Amino acid sequence: MAKIHVNTTINGAPTEFLCDANQTLLDVLRDNLGLTGSKEGCGSGDCGACSVTVNGRLVCSCLVLAPEAQGMKIETIEGMAQGDKLHPLQKKFVEMAALQCGICTPGFLIASKALLEKYPNPTEDEVRYWLAGNLCRCTGYDKIVTAVLDVAADMRGSAR
Amino acid sequence: MSEVQYQSAKTVKEAVKMMQAAKGKGYILAGGTDLLVQMKSGARTPGVIVDVKKIPEMVTVTEKNGAFTIGAATPAAVLGENKKLRKAWPGVIEACNLIGSTQVQGRASAGGNLCNASPAADSVPALVAAGCIVNVAGPNGKRAVPVEKFCIGPGKTSLKTGEIVVSLTLPKRPKGSSDAYLRLIPRTEMDIAVVGVGVSLTMKGGTVTDARVGLGAVAPTVLLVENAAKALIGSKLDDAALDAAADACSAACRPIDDKRGTIKYRTKIAGVLLKRSALIARDRINGVEHRGHRPV
Repeated sequence: MAKIHVNTTINGAPTEFLCDANQTLLDVLRDNLGLTGSKEGCGSGDCGACSVTVNGRLVCSCLVLAPEAQGMKIETIEGMAQGDKLHPLQKKFVEMAALQCGICTPGFLIASKALLEKYPNPTEDEVRYWLAGNLCRCTGYDKIVTAVLDVAADMRGSAR
Repeated sequence: MSEVQYQSAKTVKEAVKMMQAAKGKGYILAGGTDLLVQMKSGARTPGVIVDVKKIPEMVTVTEKNGAFTIGAATPAAVLGENKKLRKAWPGVIEACNLIGSTQVQGRASAGGNLCNASPAADSVPALVAAGCIVNVAGPNGKRAVPVEKFCIGPGKTSLKTGEIVVSLTLPKRPKGSSDAYLRLIPRTEMDIAVVGVGVSLTMKGGTVTDARVGLGAVAPTVLLVENAAKALIGSKLDDAALDAAADACSAACRPIDDKRGTIKYRTKIAGVLLKRSALIARDRINGVEHRGHRPV
């Protein structure tokens, strides 16, 4: 069957690709475009490792069909650092060892960024519930939650 | 996944035509949080996927004379951010905002939750309590279906070939009304309801003048429990009335026994959640806020 031609914007850059009707956005990011920062954990929207934003909205890219990306603005983990300059969340995750194996990390970073852009002053409870769709089997979550709360405080210019 | 076509409709009429042409092999793509998972597992094998998110009336919320009409494909996150809707129907919105994770909320819709026809769908008991009307469009025109009559069994709806759900209408509320939804899950988040109860109340001078109760995950479809509502109406939500309503909920249960909950447990919990939901709805009528765990 003929491929579908999709025009989209990924991390600010106009991007076009050809895909099949049943390919997911995650498949296209990883396999067609070489953007392998987004990970496939479960493929069913349970683990959050494939988190991206579509028109500013946090979603699992494994649950978005690639043809749906037509005309959309997509942000992935590859667009988070500005060249060598890490995003404050990325810096803090490194400083506080909020990662171990790293598979879940891109998803956590994208989800945390989406949280802080919308809610700059979340409670610990709110951070934990916001990130409930991101699974980490290494850290036990505490270091991740602490890092997010620390960055939130830094960005507001106050102590946590 | 087998060969499948992706089509994006610009109008309801166009979507109906696409579904009709697909001859029963068409599937509506709203948020896709059920459909894509079912396609991957092989549970559903669409011939045509009809994306309805480019149809303005299917992704917007409108208010007319106090009644809200929710586009069937509007993401739950968008519903949660609608302050007026949240104020009028806090129970419906908390139920919609319990579906899946933050990521799933960005896509999953009330219309999709309904059409997936799971007995444990979180939004549906609250919609039943709300007296929601489902607006259906099809080859033979439009029809309106009370939400409690929409699903006919697990995974089965009363939609005929070519028909789609366009929107959900929540009626105008009398003064002194509010609602609440509670579910029980074995974890704190990201799980499927063992029992879900939605209660909508109207009160005057501390007495319940109108009530509706929706009960989920304890029968093949979500139930409207009229006997529970009857037990609440005319009462001041005293212990005797709450006990009677709880008993009516337990009596309505025809649950399955599984690893999430036994028949006995689900039957008992249905009553417990009825009482708690009714008291939250009353609190809200009295201006006492109850909110969930995610930031709003």
